[in-house]
Amino acid sequence: MSAAIRIQQVSKRFGNVQALDGIDLEVQRGEFFGLLGPNGAGKTTLISALAGLVRADAGNLSVMGHDVQSDYRAARRLLGVVPQELVFDPFFTVRESLKIQSGYFGMGDNDRWIDEILENLGLTSKANANMRMLSGGMKRRVLVAQALVHRPPVIVLDEPTAGVDVELRQTLWHFIRRLNEAGHTIVLTTHYLEEAENLCTRIAMLKAGRVVALDTTANLLRRFSVHSLRLRTDGVMPEELTRQGAENGGWWSLPFDGFDEVEPLLAKIRAAGCSLKDLEIGKPDLEEVFVRVMQGQSQGQLN
Amino acid sequence: MRYGGFSTLLYKEVLRFWKVGSQTVGAPVLTALLYLLIFSHVLEGHVKVHGVIYTAFLIPGLVMMSVLQNAFANSSSSLIQSKVTGNIVFVLLPPISYLEFFAAYVLASVVRGLVVGTGVLFATFWFAPLTFAEPWWILVFALMGGAILGSLGVIAGIWADKFDQLAAFQNFLIMPLTFLSGVFYSINSLPPFWQQVSHWNPVFYMIDGFRHGFFGVSDASPWLSLAVVGTCLAVLTTLTLNLLKRGYKLRA
Repeated sequence: MSAAIRIQQVSKRFGNVQALDGIDLEVQRGEFFGLLGPNGAGKTTLISALAGLVRADAGNLSVMGHDVQSDYRAARRLLGVVPQELVFDPFFTVRESLKIQSGYFGMGDNDRWIDEILENLGLTSKANANMRMLSGGMKRRVLVAQALVHRPPVIVLDEPTAGVDVELRQTLWHFIRRLNEAGHTIVLTTHYLEEAENLCTRIAMLKAGRVVALDTTANLLRRFSVHSLRLRTDGVMPEELTRQGAENGGWWSLPFDGFDEVEPLLAKIRAAGCSLKDLEIGKPDLEEVFVRVMQGQSQGQLN
Repeated sequence: MRYGGFSTLLYKEVLRFWKVGSQTVGAPVLTALLYLLIFSHVLEGHVKVHGVIYTAFLIPGLVMMSVLQNAFANSSSSLIQSKVTGNIVFVLLPPISYLEFFAAYVLASVVRGLVVGTGVLFATFWFAPLTFAEPWWILVFALMGGAILGSLGVIAGIWADKFDQLAAFQNFLIMPLTFLSGVFYSINSLPPFWQQVSHWNPVFYMIDGFRHGFFGVSDASPWLSLAVVGTCLAVLTTLTLNLLKRGYKLRA
């Protein structure tokens, strides 16, 4: 069975900028996949190449085995893309926009599914409102609805929660999770790393058009991030601990691998004559992984 | 509503201009009516062209000018708006071929041109006695002229990155070509040099051939006009399809 998305040696140059530099990536069917990276890393260019909005200079991209250039009709039918920009057509109502989008994909008699999408995204009351009259959050919901209107098995969301309120995020992720559970493949780009950590089972990190990390979320957290003991003391920390930790604003951060290391660490602090003023345990998080990967530490170096 | 890339895009494009009908249909009809009132007031009784009273001569010219200008306006303004606002992605993401894209935008332009042209005809025909000597020419030139300007509108809409670039295209190319094409006069009344210049203006043949359908007489043979207009349509269609196939300014 072909992968949901296969990207092989894809490169793209805009003038002097190498936006994509030999990207290799495969997303399996049914995955909830995260595509992370700083601004300008190439995430949107990669999505655009997948969607046929940008033509790659080299390499191949396919959606469920269908090449996005030579077999574009099949590839586009299988792909739903939520663009990053908040775009809308001011001439039409929400329902008209969805019916038109549906028609572009050759889907007639799609009203039942349109109603279901409207309901799930909290848009039913706005169905007959003109797009111009909607708030930014509502317009974002319609963008998601438009991407889903032809029931694509592969859904790409390019920063769908940028600048939207908590309610929409919850509504959106609830719905997208349900679609994923029903078998849809989801690819998500976001700057909210907590979202990616909670939702994505596998993550690729892009930097300057290259994949610099690719693994399951659990593995990335295990490999690139550790637990840490965060504490403040009223004395001078022993030199041995200052070498292995870092200080920031009076807080010391001491990394450890297993909880059996906590008591010996505290014992060393007590032995140095310090008493604790504050203490907390920091869990591994994707933000730390992201920062370390972007600082140039390769997966190999950290293993 | 029918479903499929071409039919839906055509429907969307027609619905788009229809929703703002006062601006896209009403306004050009009013403008043509004002031209008729002013020019016929000044020249009626003084001028006869091909034996036809001036107001009657002017009406087909105004109708065809409206067809052409509005066909151009439809595709060009729709595309530039979609590009500037970014909603062009809604058309680029679905499985719509470049042929379907071209056909839908050009046909919607022809529809807009014909709707406005019909509106101008209804608003003006009772100002002067009109005949329909060879009506098939009317239809042929209206359809082909609308398709040519619709196609030119696709090129302009894709080429322009900003509204002022499109306005320049319209003001410095489309307007002079349509105004200096014999809408308001017979080119036989011009000095020889300007007669020669007019013969290089393809819009002249569209207007002249269209007018032939009403009166059965024209400055040039309708067959010559058909050949020129047909060639223009073939060249512009080829050029536009080539641009769309390459994804010029649409697919980076």
